[in-house]
Amino acid sequence: MTTSTRGAARVPAVLVLEDGRSFRGRAYGAVGETFGEAVFSTGMTGYQETLTDPSYDRQIVVATAPQIGNTGWNDEDDESSRIWVSGYVVRDPARVPSNWRAKRSLDDELVAQGVVGISGIDTRALTRHLRERGSMRAGIFSGEAIAPETELLARVQAQPHMKGASLYEEVATKEAYVVPAVGEKRFTVAAVDLGIKGMTPHRMAERGIEVHVLPATATADEIYAVEPDGVFFSNGPGDPATADGPVALMSAVLERKTPLFGICFGNQILGRALGFGTYKLKYGHRGINQPVQDRTTGKVEVTAHNHGFAVDAPLDKVSETKFGRAEVSHVCLNDDVVEGLQLLDQPAFSVQYHPEAAAGPHDAAYLFDRFVSLMEGQRA
Amino acid sequence: MPKRSDIQSVLVIGSGPIVIGQAAEFDYSGTQACRVLKAEGLRVVLVNSNPATIMTDPEIADATYVEPITPEFVEKIIAKERPDALLPTLGGQTALNTAISLHENGVLEKYNVELIGAKPEAIHKGEDRDLFKDVVEEVRRKTGHGESARSVICHTMDDVLKGVDTLGGYPVVVRPSFTMGGAGSGFAHDEEELRRIAGQGLTLSPTTEVLLEESILGWKEYELELMRDKHDNVVVVCSIENFDPMGVHTGDSITVAPAMTLTDREYQVLRDVGIAIIREVGVDTGGCNIQFAVNPEDGRVIVIEMNPRVSRSSALASKATGFPIAKIAAKLAVGYTLDEIPNDITRETPASFEPTLDYVVVKAPRFAFEKFPQADSTLTTTMKSVGEAMAIGRNFTEAFQKALRSLEKKGSQFTFVGGTGDKETLLREAVRPTDGRINTVMQAIRAGATPEEIFEYTKIDPWFVDQLFLIKETADELAEAPELTAGLLAEAKRHGFSDQQIGEIRGLREDVVREVRHALGIRPVYKTVDTCAAEFAARTPYFYSSYDEESEVAPREKPAVIILGSGPNRIGQGIEFDYSCVHASFALSDAGYETVMVNCNPETVSTDYDTSDRLYFEPLTLEDVLEIVHAEQQAGPLAGVIVQLGGQTPLGLSQALKDNGVPVVGTSPEAIHAAEDRGAFGQVLAEAGLPAPKHGTATTFAGAKAIADEIGYPVLVRPSYVLGGRGMEIVYDETRLASYIAESTEISPSRPVLVDRFLDDAIEIDVDALYDGEELYLGGVMEHIEEAGIHSGDSACALPPITLGGFDIKRLRASTEAIAKGVGVRGLINIQFAMAGDILYVLEANPRASRTVPFTSKATAVPLAKAAARISLGATIAELRAEGLLPKNGDGGELPLDAPISVKEAVMPWSRFRDIQGRGVDTVLGPEMRSTGEVMGIDSVFGTAYAKSQAGAYGPLPTKGRAFISVANRDKRSMIFPARELVAHGFELLATSGTAEVLKRNGINATVVRKQSEGTGPNGERTIVQLIHDGEVDLIVNTPYGTGGRLDGYDIRTAAVARSVPCLTTVQALAAAVQGIDALNHGDVGVRSLQEHAEHLTAARD
Repeated sequence: MTTSTRGAARVPAVLVLEDGRSFRGRAYGAVGETFGEAVFSTGMTGYQETLTDPSYDRQIVVATAPQIGNTGWNDEDDESSRIWVSGYVVRDPARVPSNWRAKRSLDDELVAQGVVGISGIDTRALTRHLRERGSMRAGIFSGEAIAPETELLARVQAQPHMKGASLYEEVATKEAYVVPAVGEKRFTVAAVDLGIKGMTPHRMAERGIEVHVLPATATADEIYAVEPDGVFFSNGPGDPATADGPVALMSAVLERKTPLFGICFGNQILGRALGFGTYKLKYGHRGINQPVQDRTTGKVEVTAHNHGFAVDAPLDKVSETKFGRAEVSHVCLNDDVVEGLQLLDQPAFSVQYHPEAAAGPHDAAYLFDRFVSLMEGQRA
Repeated sequence: MPKRSDIQSVLVIGSGPIVIGQAAEFDYSGTQACRVLKAEGLRVVLVNSNPATIMTDPEIADATYVEPITPEFVEKIIAKERPDALLPTLGGQTALNTAISLHENGVLEKYNVELIGAKPEAIHKGEDRDLFKDVVEEVRRKTGHGESARSVICHTMDDVLKGVDTLGGYPVVVRPSFTMGGAGSGFAHDEEELRRIAGQGLTLSPTTEVLLEESILGWKEYELELMRDKHDNVVVVCSIENFDPMGVHTGDSITVAPAMTLTDREYQVLRDVGIAIIREVGVDTGGCNIQFAVNPEDGRVIVIEMNPRVSRSSALASKATGFPIAKIAAKLAVGYTLDEIPNDITRETPASFEPTLDYVVVKAPRFAFEKFPQADSTLTTTMKSVGEAMAIGRNFTEAFQKALRSLEKKGSQFTFVGGTGDKETLLREAVRPTDGRINTVMQAIRAGATPEEIFEYTKIDPWFVDQLFLIKETADELAEAPELTAGLLAEAKRHGFSDQQIGEIRGLREDVVREVRHALGIRPVYKTVDTCAAEFAARTPYFYSSYDEESEVAPREKPAVIILGSGPNRIGQGIEFDYSCVHASFALSDAGYETVMVNCNPETVSTDYDTSDRLYFEPLTLEDVLEIVHAEQQAGPLAGVIVQLGGQTPLGLSQALKDNGVPVVGTSPEAIHAAEDRGAFGQVLAEAGLPAPKHGTATTFAGAKAIADEIGYPVLVRPSYVLGGRGMEIVYDETRLASYIAESTEISPSRPVLVDRFLDDAIEIDVDALYDGEELYLGGVMEHIEEAGIHSGDSACALPPITLGGFDIKRLRASTEAIAKGVGVRGLINIQFAMAGDILYVLEANPRASRTVPFTSKATAVPLAKAAARISLGATIAELRAEGLLPKNGDGGELPLDAPISVKEAVMPWSRFRDIQGRGVDTVLGPEMRSTGEVMGIDSVFGTAYAKSQAGAYGPLPTKGRAFISVANRDKRSMIFPARELVAHGFELLATSGTAEVLKRNGINATVVRKQSEGTGPNGERTIVQLIHDGEVDLIVNTPYGTGGRLDGYDIRTAAVARSVPCLTTVQALAAAVQGIDALNHGDVGVRSLQEHAEHLTAARD
């Protein structure tokens, strides 16, 4: 049961972490209770895109930028059909939105979608805590959900962990749909939706690609039924170690040497299909300022990230896999985490970060061109 | 890719004197760059005429030339030093323009010097309006976004008038090309305004070029700071949003980082356009700043301009983010790439990322219109502010209110008590952007204006308007609450309310509010500026306060010294004080202390996180300082707080700090009082048997008249309790005394007027000295060029003194020692003397570092501020001599005979200001200080040193041509010999009839020219003002009798400013200039580095 905070801007709320630390603030968005993995995101712009990114499913997102909601909510910037975060933690929410595209306030939208949030807490202290202790389970409680803290803590500790969670089916489309090419159609791509963001098919469509977005449960036959020039595996939530279905599906695509591109979860699936392991990062990469080096050119791009898991592949050598030689193509310069993989003997590559960049910088948009080149190469 | 191996030495050009639009930020960036280059093993050659900078400290570069930044002098330096490369992007527009001149006149090619950082082509593309329009067009083609405002390039007034039609009529914006700080630009609403603004713009532009542009008044304004390396990696370091919409120069706007009212899509458009521009312009390595206007109706993006160099905004961005743009730019210039450079703050991550902020930064400008009462205070696209304060908070309201109180100016903070006035009147007033408009807006809100009305009248973004309402509503809650509860206080503090503001609202004293607050346990915590929103651990203790939960101040073992800085630059308190604070930090760090800097000025070296062990970027109010002291006392042992180096700001806190139990070290608050209080100081003088000019105080005209009658005219009058000579005037007769008293609003029974005998024709002398309680070290004796009565900050001066003998120095030393001892100084003292009729009068004493400390230190090669800091903490002069910080023997009063002569010249901001009719403001010097900065000329003889000081300040003295002379009667006698010298040097003299007559009687030929008041002659003979405007006069000597627009001299002097003709307003300056001209005409003027001068001086001392 959730209710609006409008007119009652100072309803107390509390955020409780699984290790017992708690922060007291005010309810923001819907009043009630919510649970999820507490993670922090460092982007200073793009809360609308962040909140609607399916990869944030079952996560309580902490915005490190203190002033949130300034530009309200518009009808154009959603990355999916709804807000996916399970909770939102901000310091200073806007009282009045200001933007020529804004249709309503962020607060209104959170209430309308029943998203429980908390405001007015020391988000920097919380962020430092998560950085030092790692992302962890948390709950936000306001209104009638507030109870003695020991009880709230027990409720938090009763929640499932992110590690081992299989969530992509929960967020992916149930029905296939087509995003038509912008202008002349040049290619057909089958995109396996593991939690795809709206901007991704849009970036492909801009390049003359007709994108057939397929459910996460699609089969190889369903993929090839659209006669794709290339296959795409999207981003998505949860632990990639649980994604045996998508791994098998991708392996089938790799067998047929169809040009393949993966983003985020798609990168982890490729890693697994190639025989690499995946692991959970202590506190993940979530932000739009991460330096990634393209090891093929040496150039650095500033990129949008949202991943709590990463591929465990050797940085310093070419690996032999069952699909031929593979190498780490991109690496995060902050911490040397694998940010991209490519096969050297067949047309397949993936990146851990978000070249579709919504929100975020457009530095990595060239990767969609690279995908186009692979498909062109296959035709030639 | 490592650094280039083909560059062994680099010439860095600084930005010269502090002027409006080009201030201390270039000392910050230049210092960083020189340090980086030196650390890379390069030989760094530096030229900068500004002695009050850290960058011109001899240890910062290998060869430091305090010489004029003109192509001629820089060529001499190049010929002598033969650097491999020239880095022109760190010294503002001055450095960029000089480098372009040296490129164009072939000097760089001749000496095989490579321009690094920005190529001439890139500089042209970025700065030339036409070329830049093409750049923007190309960017639009590539990215689909960004366009230029519709505009026309003009080279003549005819072009300008036609241009208006092309653009579809008024209003239009006028922007001269290649000027700094937007000098000469403005809005023209009709032809008259257009002719005036464009006329001056054509003159100011080195390429005689102005741009006329469609008006985009009221749009949202943004800036991006970008960096690019040679591998074409580009990062956006910071976005800045202007609180004041388009129409106000960004230097005069309240600005906010990061941008507050853009969605990601809109922000990414700006980023894409910005990156495309830096690539298209071709800034290969280094930083650039790009300004955008965004239409609030539909998001249409107009690219306003770009600076292919480090700028004021990049200094602000560096402080706002912790990403040191200048330092990185220097590394990129010598070949590194962004990913090879570690982020200083995290140490583990590279610089090839974009800083993300978890706080809000607000910068507020500080103006000095009170110094220029004639000037039009409307803010336009010409920058008029003289300084700025920056504040950091965890939200906008906190940062904003901190920034306003950092301005440290009466009325800069919001006030919520008292009447508001009429809403309509306030709203109409708020239309015109001025210093303090924000307070008018707040009053309008208090008077009942709606958010919609505020937006309608001011075009301030509705989100910002709502923040003002949030502040106002919080004030209402404070006012209405039955008692100050913990919750209410905490809430007010989170929105930046000071104890003083809360006290005012609640009718309580500030200290009572503080007691209540502390009793309730409400104190600020200190957060770290870490570039990454806490994603990685920060290694650099760069703090700001916030009323939040968790503090990040770490415990420490070593005793700490807190150094209070000087706050925003203003006239009378500028970079010189920052210099002293930085020196204290260095010296105390060397002596084993942990140094803690407190300051709120983003332009400075003191607020570089590298300067001190800890940096608190905080306002310098009692409340903010007490909280820092508390936090540091919790963290470890505190040896003391230094208040005597940051100028009047920290000095003013001294007593209150002591009363609150804070250990103030150095000169005690009581001693400060003894020097500052007229009565107490009079007693010190009386006890020492030293004469001061006769004086008295009065509260009425009758009283003032009685005093003046007794001591005789002229008298120096001023309100009590003012600084920087504010409101001070020399009054020659009773009529003016009456009008002065009538006009002065500062005078009341509790604030009497001070009437002093004015010492006409006296030589003014400044002394900087150190005193440890036992021994006096005379730092230096400066003899002013201009007579007493002209504010010491505006007067040129020479060190060693050029006409004082050993006996005079002896007297000065004895008097200085008696005062230092009588007052009880422990550290620095500055005393102003006037020598009249062989009597040495004491004018005033300041028990603190003075404006002249850096000049004195450089001229005598002795670090006075470092010594003062050590003395404050107990070291003796004898110990410092033994240590080598001070010379073993002797002091600055007894320099060897062949010591170089250093001349300091003040730089005035006349060209920045206009009155409301659009006429220039008068340039006459007086007892009220109005200069913004200074230069130093150093050479073996006075004439050459003076000529260099003039070249550095205003452009070279003419060595031939036409000199116009018109002097007041009292100056006619002393004008004859210098006039004769001018003729001997081949000058043709022009004079008005009265002066010409005197000259002729003395056998000097002068052509009579018409006064402005006489108008054009019957045969079209031009007046002197017309001749000046037509560029036919090379030197002007015009000494005033009284000031004001009615007098002929006013038109002459303002024309001189408009046409950049050297204009001397005292006969003493004329005499000095003649010596300079003589030096220039006799043989080659050489250049010599400070290190060479010092070596010479040290050798002579031993």
